[in-house]
Amino acid sequence: MESRNTDAGISVFKSLDWITVLLYLILVAAGAVSIYAASYDFDNASLFDLKEFSGKQIMWIGLSLLIGVVILLVDYRIYKIYAYPIYMVVLFVLLVTIFIAPDIKGSHSWLTFGSVSLQPAEFGKFATALALGKLFDSYNFNLNAKITNYFQALIIIFLPVILILAQRETGSALVYISLIFVLYREGMSGLVLFAVLSAITFFVVAVKFAEPLVLGIPVGEFSVFIVILLIYILMLAFYCKDIIIARNVTYGFVGAGVIVTILSLCGITVNGTWFFTGLLAAGIIYTLFFMLRHQINKFIITICFAVVSVLFLFSVNYVYGNVLQPHQQMRIKVLLGIEENLRGAGYNVNQSKIAIGSGGLIGKGFLNGTQTKLKYVPEQHTDFIFCTIGEEEGFVGAAIVLALFLGLILRLIHVAERQRTPFERVYAYCVVSILIFHLAINVGMVIGLCPVIGIPLPFFSYGGSSLWGFTILLFILLRLDASRKERMD
Amino acid sequence: MRKDYNLEKRKYIIGGFITLIDLIRLFNLQIGDTKYKESAESNAFFRRVIYPSRGLIYDRNDKLVVFNKPAYEVMLIPKDVGEFDTLTLCSVLGITKEQLAERWADMKNPRKNPGYSAYTPQKLISHLSQEDYGKLSEKLYLFPGFYIQKRTAREYTFNAGANILGNIREVSTTDIDNDRYYRRGDYTGDLGIEKSYEKALRGQKGVEILMKDAFGRIKGKYEDGIHDELPVAGRNLKLSIDIELQKYGEELMRNKIGAIVAIEPETGEILALVTSPNYDPSLLVGKERGKNYAMLTRDPYKPLYDRALQGAYPPGSTFKPSQGLIFLQEGIVDLSTMYPCHHGYINGLRVGCHGHASPISLKPALQTSCNAYFCWGFKNMIDKKGTKPGVQFEKWKDYMVQMGYGYRLGVDLPHESRGFIPNTKFYSESFRGANWTANSIISVSIGQGEIMATPLQIANLCATIANRGYFYTPHVVKEIADSAIDVKYKEKHRPKIDKKHYEAVAEGMRMAVLGGTCKLANLPDIEVCGKTGTAQNPHGRDHSAFIGFAPYHNPKIAVAVYVENAGFGATYGVPIGSLIIEKYLKGEIASNRKYLEERMYNSNTIIGSGVKKH
Repeated sequence: MESRNTDAGISVFKSLDWITVLLYLILVAAGAVSIYAASYDFDNASLFDLKEFSGKQIMWIGLSLLIGVVILLVDYRIYKIYAYPIYMVVLFVLLVTIFIAPDIKGSHSWLTFGSVSLQPAEFGKFATALALGKLFDSYNFNLNAKITNYFQALIIIFLPVILILAQRETGSALVYISLIFVLYREGMSGLVLFAVLSAITFFVVAVKFAEPLVLGIPVGEFSVFIVILLIYILMLAFYCKDIIIARNVTYGFVGAGVIVTILSLCGITVNGTWFFTGLLAAGIIYTLFFMLRHQINKFIITICFAVVSVLFLFSVNYVYGNVLQPHQQMRIKVLLGIEENLRGAGYNVNQSKIAIGSGGLIGKGFLNGTQTKLKYVPEQHTDFIFCTIGEEEGFVGAAIVLALFLGLILRLIHVAERQRTPFERVYAYCVVSILIFHLAINVGMVIGLCPVIGIPLPFFSYGGSSLWGFTILLFILLRLDASRKERMD
Repeated sequence: MRKDYNLEKRKYIIGGFITLIDLIRLFNLQIGDTKYKESAESNAFFRRVIYPSRGLIYDRNDKLVVFNKPAYEVMLIPKDVGEFDTLTLCSVLGITKEQLAERWADMKNPRKNPGYSAYTPQKLISHLSQEDYGKLSEKLYLFPGFYIQKRTAREYTFNAGANILGNIREVSTTDIDNDRYYRRGDYTGDLGIEKSYEKALRGQKGVEILMKDAFGRIKGKYEDGIHDELPVAGRNLKLSIDIELQKYGEELMRNKIGAIVAIEPETGEILALVTSPNYDPSLLVGKERGKNYAMLTRDPYKPLYDRALQGAYPPGSTFKPSQGLIFLQEGIVDLSTMYPCHHGYINGLRVGCHGHASPISLKPALQTSCNAYFCWGFKNMIDKKGTKPGVQFEKWKDYMVQMGYGYRLGVDLPHESRGFIPNTKFYSESFRGANWTANSIISVSIGQGEIMATPLQIANLCATIANRGYFYTPHVVKEIADSAIDVKYKEKHRPKIDKKHYEAVAEGMRMAVLGGTCKLANLPDIEVCGKTGTAQNPHGRDHSAFIGFAPYHNPKIAVAVYVENAGFGATYGVPIGSLIIEKYLKGEIASNRKYLEERMYNSNTIIGSGVKKH
């Protein structure tokens, strides 16, 4: 056993994916430099002062590398064998954390050991990824074979989500939801993604364009109705491949539209909600009638889409107006540009945009960023670290960082696709999903594209938990990948 | 393991799509839009103004008149303010608890104090006296978060010349709108030369570009201060005023309403510009400024009103020399022309006069201030045979304007009045088209009727006679450090009247001193020339006026005195005028004339004269 391990150790470094390791090292080093810049004060101590963020981060990096090496030296089979136990332990820790963690700005997600604080949610990611991989690796497991398979996968994903939500750490919880992308890779219908995308679009359009009124309803809602009708027709035509029905429905819709236009020109106003709902109902009944007569089921999804869309649209208004808290409404409004609240919810994003925007093409130069140095940008060494890069290194620097991340993600997808067994592939896709989600949301919020969800930029943001979490995530993948040839034998 | 090859391409779409959106957005933010750069600068840069010291003011003999003294302001940083005893603070500052509460509320009121931030220094009390400063510094440890900031305020060496010097106030919104130089909280000159020479006195503010963090804390100079601008100190002014003479004039005018203007004829420099009642210039400095200003505004004797250049009075008989000049120049009279005076001008109407020989020629007429002579002269000029009605009067008016009447002279002080010299059009409208002749407006000839002149204009006439035919625009600033005064004060103005006529008028005025109405001005070793004036007015007793210059040859001072409701020119005008002349030329008053000085110090013409409206 002893000698085997040593052999494995040597072979690991031989077949290690060094491109990923290189990208990881560049990103981590760039992160440390950025943290140094972000926390640099004009009366600053040295880079290696352990009291400073940058000094501590260097310590975290050192420990991360150590963890990485240890992970690589461990037998790859351990991860698969102990996937569920690891998952269970992590769930337990997450559960315990809810009760014993001190209250930090309302969240109970940090465990404190002396002077070191750790966030278990960061370590839940690799455990969940392992468990999900293990599930898909079960004998003859096929996601679409039984509906319970979906439930099993969703339970693995949502257990930590629930626990983390209970810790009031919404941002981290959302990250786990990105694992649904993995289900897509493993055969989940694209319609789900389509539905989610539609829901987001409908929500944004309906909330953002409240003025002016068309047919007595907000123009946003009006547009959503039009889009639903259009998609309905297009789905009939291309998804169900039934041109005749699509044509008839189109004639019906257009005809009704012409009549309503003429009526409103004559001064008779028609309530838009009732008009569109009625119109769609007529289209659905027509399709249903056709479907039942010819005993074919291909229209079910299309009909479901239309029904769900309309119900969703109705519920958006209700949820937005009656369920969301005022501060949540405010965040959404600020994000959608309906309101500018530069002192409150919009302050962070506005300052962040100012910092990045003032960077220009090549930036103000290393350590010359005034906005980040003078603490205008909140959380500048953690969640808003990208600001420092944008301000000091400009568009060029920010683009290079994005390119590095893109390179890493593409490389990891490549690595994922070369895995021969579901366990490794699913695990790899989990890593990819989590990285993409972090990157998209973090950079998105810093440049004002998505709401401010407090999640770190991988490898850059200051913090031991986050860096260790990503290191573990990545190095387990590297370890699994390094042994893929062994498994082929 | 299915769909491997199709899916392989999806990765570019997933990863690439997100990166692309981010890149487009970044491009927009960083290169497309410049507003963020500006926001960043206004965010992080704190442009701290460095105030220059305001120019000092000296008198013509280089005596320091106005300088800067340290003033103190109580400042605090709200977030650092800890628990303190309000009552102790109130007693140290000498204010009531309510006043403190009010100041506190004003400080936090974003409308009154737009720059309020809990993290930056805020001004609680301005104009802390030296004494209160001492008391507060001793107890400052009791008030965490408080500190004292030094500023400067004006200080005056003499309690004199407030009307000339003016004062300083905080800029108003209008000032800020009119001049981009000013920022809220800056000071600007109000009244006097502080106002008219504001640009020279204020200097140029400097600026220090500091970096401030999100909490408003200063984090040092931006790029070690290479973008800073140093302030330029305000220019010092040297006045033409003799501050001792000014002070002396103000003392003579004590308890009287009126003005004294003394001019150096050969330069047009004003030696003294007294208005009475006056006020102590230091009243308008410091925290009492607002209160005192309101008090001065409410004072029924209007001390803020500069009678020397804002007051327009009937010049009375001080007008007669100018009439004599016009008659001579126009050939209406020559020096031998005699007019009858039987206790007045009797020609269909009667203008009274007093007892003297008759008939009378110009010089004795000036000597005795004969009304009839000037009425006859005026009549013969205006109603000159063979001239169209009104033409001669226009000519007369032009002479008056040349002599500096009817328009602002252009003194370098604000709010000068133009007085009033009517023209033909004015009378044609007054008489509604009816024919009017010299007799209709005969009182004009003796400086009454519609004629209005400021003491400054009256003094300027005197200076012109002293110069025998020219004047410089009177001004109070002699020199501006490292700069030159306005060229208009270096231009000679010459009324179109021959020098010899001035010589004759000067002789008449000399005779008035030797043996006429101005005998009190006859100094043993100075040849004084003078002319009294006793102006009727609708406000009560006659105004007492005097013009005079000395010495007769090569005059060094021309003076006009105007005392409201004080009776005969000889009673107040002559003594005051002659004392001013004597003081200026001799430096002191001869012992045999001290009684005059005493009489002026102790007289009071305000009592019983009623309050006048202007």
